[in-house]
Amino acid sequence: MQSFAYASPATLSEALALLGAEWGEADVLAGGSDLISLMKDYLHTPQRVVDIKGIRELGGIRKSGGGLRLGALVTFDELLENSAVRADYPALAAAARGVSSPQIRNVGTVGGDLCQRPRCWYFRTGHGLLARDGGGRSLVAEGDNRYHAIFGNQGAAKFVSASSLGPALAALGARIKLASSSGTREVTAEQFFLTPENDRQREIALRPNEILTEILLPPARGVRNATYEVRQREALDWPLATASVALRMKGKTVESARIVMGHVAPTPWAAPEAERSLAGKTVTPETAGEAGQAAVAGATPLSRNAYKVQLARTAVKRALLAAAG
Amino acid sequence: MPAYNWPPMDKRKVIGQRVDRVDALVKATGQAKYPYDVAEPDMLYAALLTCPHAHARIRSMDTSEAQRAEGVTGIEIIAKPGAEIQWAGGEVAVVAAATPDQARDAARKIRVEYEVLPHLVNEEDLSKAGNRAKAAGEQTAGDVERAFREADVVSEGTYGIPVLVHCTPETHGQVIQWKGDEVHVWPTTQGICTYAQDLSRPLGVPVSKIHAHMDHMGGGFGSKFPSDVWAIAAAHLSRTCGGRPVRLFLDRATDVTIAGNRPSAFAKIKLAAKKDGTITGWQSESWATGGMTGGGLPPIPYVFTEIPNRKLAHTAVAVNAGPSRAWRAPNHPQASFLTCAAMDDLAAKLRMDPMDLFARNADLTARAGVYRAQLIKAAEVSDWKKLWHPRGESGAGPVKRGLGLGVGTWGGAGHSVACRTTIHPDGSVDLELGTQDIGTGTRTVITMVAAETLTIPTSLLNLKVGDNQYPPGDGSGGSTTVGGVSSATRKSTINALAKLFEVASPVLGAPADQLEIVDGDIRVTANPSKSISWKSACQKLTENIVAMGENNPRNPGGLNTGGVGGVQVADITVDVETGVIKMNRMVAVHDCGMVINPKTAENQIYGACTMSIGGALFEERVMDEVTGRVLNPNMEFYKFTANCDFGEIIPILDIRPEHDRRGVVGLGEPPVIPGIAAIANAVANAIGVRVPRVPMTPDRVLAALEGRNA
Ligand SMILES: Cc1cc2nc3c(=O)[nH]c(=O)nc-3n(C[C@H](O)[C@H](O)[C@H](O)COP(=O)(O)OP(=O)(O)OC[C@H]3O[C@@H](n4cnc5c(N)ncnc54)[C@H](O)[C@@H]3O)c2cc1C
Repeated sequence: MQSFAYASPATLSEALALLGAEWGEADVLAGGSDLISLMKDYLHTPQRVVDIKGIRELGGIRKSGGGLRLGALVTFDELLENSAVRADYPALAAAARGVSSPQIRNVGTVGGDLCQRPRCWYFRTGHGLLARDGGGRSLVAEGDNRYHAIFGNQGAAKFVSASSLGPALAALGARIKLASSSGTREVTAEQFFLTPENDRQREIALRPNEILTEILLPPARGVRNATYEVRQREALDWPLATASVALRMKGKTVESARIVMGHVAPTPWAAPEAERSLAGKTVTPETAGEAGQAAVAGATPLSRNAYKVQLARTAVKRALLAAAG
Repeated sequence: MPAYNWPPMDKRKVIGQRVDRVDALVKATGQAKYPYDVAEPDMLYAALLTCPHAHARIRSMDTSEAQRAEGVTGIEIIAKPGAEIQWAGGEVAVVAAATPDQARDAARKIRVEYEVLPHLVNEEDLSKAGNRAKAAGEQTAGDVERAFREADVVSEGTYGIPVLVHCTPETHGQVIQWKGDEVHVWPTTQGICTYAQDLSRPLGVPVSKIHAHMDHMGGGFGSKFPSDVWAIAAAHLSRTCGGRPVRLFLDRATDVTIAGNRPSAFAKIKLAAKKDGTITGWQSESWATGGMTGGGLPPIPYVFTEIPNRKLAHTAVAVNAGPSRAWRAPNHPQASFLTCAAMDDLAAKLRMDPMDLFARNADLTARAGVYRAQLIKAAEVSDWKKLWHPRGESGAGPVKRGLGLGVGTWGGAGHSVACRTTIHPDGSVDLELGTQDIGTGTRTVITMVAAETLTIPTSLLNLKVGDNQYPPGDGSGGSTTVGGVSSATRKSTINALAKLFEVASPVLGAPADQLEIVDGDIRVTANPSKSISWKSACQKLTENIVAMGENNPRNPGGLNTGGVGGVQVADITVDVETGVIKMNRMVAVHDCGMVINPKTAENQIYGACTMSIGGALFEERVMDEVTGRVLNPNMEFYKFTANCDFGEIIPILDIRPEHDRRGVVGLGEPPVIPGIAAIANAVANAIGVRVPRVPMTPDRVLAALEGRNA
């Protein structure tokens, strides 16, 4: 790990003043469950680490405009202990419950989950986020891409977004608040995730001088929602594919649906055809299966990951059936 | 000379009891000190620089910036300019510095220029191996052509088991100090005495001047015998840095990349059989790698070695990847998987219950009676008769249950080791052995054997192991330790007791050879009321009693022996829409001679089954074709079995008088052999089609299912 300056400001404005204009100058430290390993592997070598854990205003879950406001520092555990989250946002609770291990759920924060770096094994072994060799060839396309993207992979980026909360938040229509010294802005959960095209770009909308401060969940009354994760191992592992769904119902009929798949693309990946296929229908194994089929119709698997198409299809089907109850 | 034997089964007081590990508390509370924890005063930290290319020649090297870096006290070059490096992770240089981070940072400042050479890192597709593939032996027996011509049924399949790595919880390394003409070393090793011997020659230091010490260690699984270039380079750094101790442990990525792996095994196998399932012919073309030396032929056909007509051809493939090392029962899990999968496929083709097919062919094994009995036991405990169904007939719905079976065999006779027992006048006893407890419960079984012989409370026993100053012992490999240490301890304590009887004899007025000890009282066998307590007898000593005892592997005198079998049944479910496999149960039936401690014996079965589950479902080293590097050199993508993945593991120790009479046999390795085969066969039983290659990850399961549907 490269030496760095360390700061632990008590207020958001102090913290923001310590951030840099470019990536590499400063890194924000929340639970540290990802940042520390990035630093140990020399993948991040910040000159300064800004520990935000002491900033009270970034914590806590509270009701807000019929929905919920989650502070960036809320841990997975806090999220799971919250009765409103469990009752109204099962899609989010299931995604949080799936995360790895009690240790990670104990220290990992929702802000850190959204801002964590991808787990692409080429990136993590030092080949860069886009994993191209000297000649510009994609190591992912030519190499072992069993855990990589099956959607949105036609450009340079072939990794999958690591965040399990991202797809759930996108399906629920959450908004994310970002603060910098010059003010705050809000983006939707979908807008927060980006597909980088070159090595200077990041996979999230956060800028180097910004801190993610809170997540705003819209009211969930009448929205049946669920997340289904396909995981080979139940612990200490990542999902192979997930789907989060939110259904606005009229009796037994689906009025409108949001379906967002996870761990299958550089960003959470919405499935508009599948959403449309359900409108005005009841959720049955057949309609759910058709929606799963529609969700993966546009998949573009790489040499070794066609199996993920089947997993995504199944995840969508099972998430829908779980949401419909 | 006293007679050396084990007390009869019904007379044992300690042996055969379920005794907790003597070091359980210090381990569970974190007080146990591992080599990784050793922190000597004034210690320096070393970091290794390794080659990033799978095959390269070093053109030039510039260490000047690293030399000047903060805290650096010395650099030792391992591969000089001109050296050809054959795998990514090959050792180039070691830097010593005042802190671990300074050492790592400085190592990154060594500038090395490489000429990159062509590499091959994957052997699965033999057609791509070119001249890296070398014929490595043919074997024939009987008349294979005729056997296949006259067979009622011929079954065929291709099976593969990849390279996997040891990934020991404690990485490889040591703290080492070379001061004056002496070397002190605190290694993590499977052989404390053999380690010191191994270090002696490259350092040019007589072994009598090398002191090696280790209290506990965090796993070896076969990969921790040699002292390695890490110890040698660190020793030189210690010497050039004024004799300060140097700590060099590999980081996880380097450990996974170069510190040992289990060779792969792939094979096309054809079996010829009669309608009733009797196997008459075996034909196989196999290939394997274990690094640049290729990979040897696993012992196939396995267990069923007497298949009358056999033809085997093997190819060794040299790949640019870290070298293999012994891995818990070297080559046996691979051989078991290849053989049992092929036999299970034959049974499916005959629409026969594999239990019946394996039993039918038991005469082709070296221990037919044992295997038949173990098959019956495994079937009974797993409720096989009720739960087994013909392959693929697992009902509607996406979740399919299946049962499968595998078999194994192993040696496990005791190795060479000596024990010194010292009885002090205050009644306390030292037991000293140059052996090591590699986490298997060695301390516990030694203590139990001594307590059985001396019949005194274990609080009087002071066991000392893990130091090459004690009477010499061999390394812990091949499941040889328990047989060795138990026999040596038995002999040494019997000898010590005989001397104490000499002291007690005049007091009791009976010759020493007519005395016995019962519950700590020495008494006249014919007249038990004449007795003297242990304490009082010891108080009569004018000097310590010192007695030796050795296990001689060529003449173990009935105290230990080799040769065991095992049968395991796996019970799994597969979600055919996701390819995810869940373990329900593993039933593991093993004989292991006289069992000293059923609890620690079962521990070995639990641990081994979790490793088999890993090998069957999760573990494989993934090499990148283009860069030639390991893609999963960490515990995130090198996937282990986690607690929630085990299902239920049911160990059954096949304890019967006829096994007990054979003496002690090691159980460290046998239970890791049949599991992969059992799980793979259970999956085939559940989904109706063979997943030919382990680990059976969802992609491979779905591909196998798709192949069937196509
Ligand atoms: C074995 C393993 C399995 C895992 N499985 C899963 C899984 O299944 N699903 C899943 O989603 N995650 C998984 N995780 C990842 C885990 O969820 C993340 O490490 C965790 O959420 C990160 O949160 P943190 O607070 O520790 O972030 P940190 O490590 O502190 O930070 C992570 C990154 O986010 C930035 N950051 C953090 N907070 C903010 C903020 N408020 N504003 C701006 N930037 C910020 C940091 O600068 C850093 O770049 C797994 C991790 C491991 C080790």
